[in-house]
Amino acid sequence: MIELILFYVVAAVLVFSAGMVVTVRNPVIAALSLVLCFFCSAAIWMLLEAEFLAIVLVLVYVGAVMVLFLFVVMMLDINLAELRAGFSRFLPIGLTVALVMIFAMVLVLGSGFFAGSNYVPLKHAAEYSNTRELGLLLYTEYLYPFEIAGAILLVAIIAAIALTLRKSRNNRSPAPAKQVIVKRADRIRLVKMESEQKP
Amino acid sequence: MFEFIRQNIWGPLIELAVPDAFQGYVLYTLDIFTKVIVILVGVLIAFAYTTYAERRVIGAIQLRIGPNRVGFFGFHTWGLAQPVADGVKAIFKELIIPSGANKTLFIIAPIMSLGPSMAAWAVIPFDDVTVLADINAGLLYIIALTSLAVYGIIIAGWASNSKYAFLGAMRSAAQIVSYEIAMGFALVGVLVASGSLNLGDIVNAQSGSVVHWFWLPLLPLFFIYYISGVAETNRSPFDVVEGETEIVAGFQVEYSGLAFATFFIAEYANMILVSVLTAILFWGGWLSPFQGLPLLGESSILWLLLKSSFFLYTFLWIRATFPRYRYDQIMRLGWKVFVPITIVWIVVVAGMVVGGMPPWFD
Repeated sequence: MIELILFYVVAAVLVFSAGMVVTVRNPVIAALSLVLCFFCSAAIWMLLEAEFLAIVLVLVYVGAVMVLFLFVVMMLDINLAELRAGFSRFLPIGLTVALVMIFAMVLVLGSGFFAGSNYVPLKHAAEYSNTRELGLLLYTEYLYPFEIAGAILLVAIIAAIALTLRKSRNNRSPAPAKQVIVKRADRIRLVKMESEQKP
Repeated sequence: MFEFIRQNIWGPLIELAVPDAFQGYVLYTLDIFTKVIVILVGVLIAFAYTTYAERRVIGAIQLRIGPNRVGFFGFHTWGLAQPVADGVKAIFKELIIPSGANKTLFIIAPIMSLGPSMAAWAVIPFDDVTVLADINAGLLYIIALTSLAVYGIIIAGWASNSKYAFLGAMRSAAQIVSYEIAMGFALVGVLVASGSLNLGDIVNAQSGSVVHWFWLPLLPLFFIYYISGVAETNRSPFDVVEGETEIVAGFQVEYSGLAFATFFIAEYANMILVSVLTAILFWGGWLSPFQGLPLLGESSILWLLLKSSFFLYTFLWIRATFPRYRYDQIMRLGWKVFVPITIVWIVVVAGMVVGGMPPWFD
């Protein structure tokens, strides 16, 4: 009963914030709505007893990805009037895409495969640890797909760095390793000399 | 204590006022409510006297006296009433909202900063039985919530409509995201060593004596966790977010009165949280260092308080000792020093666990 109420409240906020993401004019507010959106989906996962996925969603998407998103969005100098200019021109295309997507989703969700009775979440005892179960599955049954996914992500990271790393020719950044090993004698020479007479 | 409150205060009250069918729910809710209030009041008192301790300790280190005047109605209290005076002053100051600021976000930002730092206390075990939410994924929950603390700062910086505040927010975003990675990896080491994400189980896995605690096998991770904790709370020497010499007061430059105080509370609550977590994860939490001896070997919350007080003191000590880091050096330390060390040490810890190295993992 309480779970059902919680679900509807969270789902309502989720749909509302998802709507905000696309309708709000200010890009920073849109990004913050997306944060709220992620938060609500984490809460829904929590209701399904998938606490690991829920917390990781908050940790990765809200805690890291969206921070960088906000970082970029705040830095951009976006002209709000320009954003709204093409609205009527792109409306027919947008509507067509939306209709096709709705049609596809109705086809998929309306089929027998996704019938409600197939997906009643299992109830577990209090000792059940979602994290442990997930770990066991990932590292035994799905070890190869998991490793391959990891390797692909690593390649993607290296590719992203290689694409963006442009070293300028006259880059004069300090080398901390060299700075640390410098001795006084390398920089300063103390000269002992007699005091000079006044001419 | 909670048992006592449940039986002698909430029990009779519920008998009087609530229909039989709901008594279980109401009692459960009130029970949690009591614990929340106790934790919140505890953290707030700790916050108030950390600010006092900070000024006295740094005063002593710099051969000054620090606040020693404020008392009540002529009573001499060695300045112990200073936090009360500061609080009253903050409450009665005007909250000025700058022109051109985004009003809603400007008000929400301090709340966004305080909320996660308080919510994280939900999973902290204070001793064997005293914990608000004994959840399995406690450690993950802590990492997730500490990573949310940055939103308050970023939103404050953006909503203030001020260049200094904005620069502070940008620095904060980059710094916190960088140090989160080192911090997360350090916690993965703890997870490998204890085999659990539940904070209570992590402490119980360290039982024995001083040498059984995780500080020894996880020594590099302990230092990295603590230093990342200092960086995540934007404390000196990582306080470029509010570096006075460059960007006035950073993200909080436009805040006044209680909104400023809220940021202050959030910062100190985070400091206290990092200290308590360091004690729990690496220094045996509520366990006594002399386990086995009579009286002194008893595990109790006092040990936890003692250990976390030391780490809290270290925050102040560091602040009074080191000059502020340069920004590129902060980034270098986080990415090029801490992250590689933690990754290597996780492998070492995994080796120790698999090899069953005594006295920790046998």
